[in-house]
Amino acid sequence: MLASERDQLKAEIIKMAKKHDQHRSGLIPVLQHVQNVSRHISPEAMQDIAEAFKIHPVEVQGVVSFYSFLSTEKKGKFIVRLCRTISCDMAGKEAVANQLENELDIEFGETTDDGMFTLEFTNCLGMCDQGPAMLVNEDIYAKVTPEKVADIIDSYRNRFGAHVTQGEHA
Amino acid sequence: MSKADKKLVIFSDIDVEKALKNALQKPRPDLISEVRESGLKGRGGAGFPTAVKWNLAASAQGDRKFVICNADEGEPGTFKDRVLLTDYAEQLVAGMVLAGYAVGAKEGIIYLRAEYTYLRKNLEATLEKMRGRKLLGKKISGKDFEFDIHIHMGSGAYICGEETALIESLEGHRGEPRNRPPFPVTVGYLGCPTSVNNVETFITALHIVEKGAKWFKTYGTEKSTGTKLFSVSGDCDKPGVYELPMGITIKKLLETVGGEDAKAVQVGGASGTCVPRKDFDRAIAYEDVSTGGSIIVFGPFRDMLEVAINFMEFFCDESCGQCTPCRLGTETLLEGLDMLDEGKCSLKYLRELCSLGETMQVASKCGLGQSAPNAFLSIVENFKSEILDSRCTCR
Repeated sequence: MLASERDQLKAEIIKMAKKHDQHRSGLIPVLQHVQNVSRHISPEAMQDIAEAFKIHPVEVQGVVSFYSFLSTEKKGKFIVRLCRTISCDMAGKEAVANQLENELDIEFGETTDDGMFTLEFTNCLGMCDQGPAMLVNEDIYAKVTPEKVADIIDSYRNRFGAHVTQGEHA
Repeated sequence: MSKADKKLVIFSDIDVEKALKNALQKPRPDLISEVRESGLKGRGGAGFPTAVKWNLAASAQGDRKFVICNADEGEPGTFKDRVLLTDYAEQLVAGMVLAGYAVGAKEGIIYLRAEYTYLRKNLEATLEKMRGRKLLGKKISGKDFEFDIHIHMGSGAYICGEETALIESLEGHRGEPRNRPPFPVTVGYLGCPTSVNNVETFITALHIVEKGAKWFKTYGTEKSTGTKLFSVSGDCDKPGVYELPMGITIKKLLETVGGEDAKAVQVGGASGTCVPRKDFDRAIAYEDVSTGGSIIVFGPFRDMLEVAINFMEFFCDESCGQCTPCRLGTETLLEGLDMLDEGKCSLKYLRELCSLGETMQVASKCGLGQSAPNAFLSIVENFKSEILDSRCTCR
């Protein structure tokens, strides 16, 4: 991360923390923001966040490591989360998983080399009646079939501004 | 989708504005006693009497009180709150205002799971609309009562559906359940009296206050009054959300959803019980087989061991790791299931695993650990011979 970027993020962190009166209840919203903007929460960001809330950095790290939507490792611009819970499993999530790996040429848990896509399994998405279901960032897809996978992935790949390297996701 | 097939209670017509205004005209104790009279129990799954919770929060000391909507619907096989949050958001908001009025709270929070971020925009719009109609905010419907709601996003943790873990998460901590007592109704969010209720509970309460406890009690059984939303998925012709009276037998439910040939039904999600075909006469109710709404149908060709493994992987992943019985118990049970899968588990060891499961049920700190072995135990008990036959290494 460039120094100026860190400064900019730090300024945002301080501003958000202030909005919450530096109360700890504002911690997770700040973490969510940092995750969204920089696709992970770096050790430096954790330091800055800890400072803003006047708590120890390890407290911040403890929270980050607890939640599956927060991460210390840099994620792709688009995070594909395929539901692995029972109803989606019975509806054929394995074939969809296989095709996702083929289309993106990575395995689950990995990020593509161009930093565009991360592939993950997730627990129940609440679409059990329309499985297999998956999320791409915030967008939900139901009744996904292996044939539909390529089109869904392409719709993100071809999105305007998808290849811009910095800033919020498209 | 069959959600509008039958309009009993939750899906019945209601004029939200009129219902809320009527409710706010009534004295607070009257509201709570109407809900008490109805026998409404928490619709998230735990089944705690709603009126008792509200009454405790109402009588607790404190200038600042909170009403929290638990929209962290994460139980495998449950999606009825998604439907309510999408199509019945106004009723939810009104139900929360009503609860705020009943317990004397001015602040409400909707804890929305991260996976439902796509629902947030619509919810925010509903809140804004309700503010515009003076049904939310200051001086609600001209009365000297104020109540406002904000949305707090979860970050992906099943355990945060447990109310004390949810509060920990709201306060910016790891979502690890607290010791109880004190209960949230006395010491909750920010140390203030807090009532945490499920989405469906708020909406049901709104209907009860408007239409009366007597009407509500025409449905259901003596101990499980009213109707309930069921999220039905798995091997059936018509998966979806159904409103059905409490006390319905599994057999009847399967007829409704087109799953008559099922060999087993998981009632209550991963933390619930697996009911085999021979027990399909059992009733879905708090006093028999209890559920927060999740019904997963397993057809005749399903491999029940695979089902058990899927559930146990879920718990291994979602255990918060705070207490030993749950953290290590879930891992050990999963290893046992893998041994069974390889056809390498002695019956002696299987008995030990079952005994471990029973220990987890009593020794775990919260509902997650206490219920994590349920599926394991019921599947092993009911499908032992099927599992052992299909995994014979001598073949």
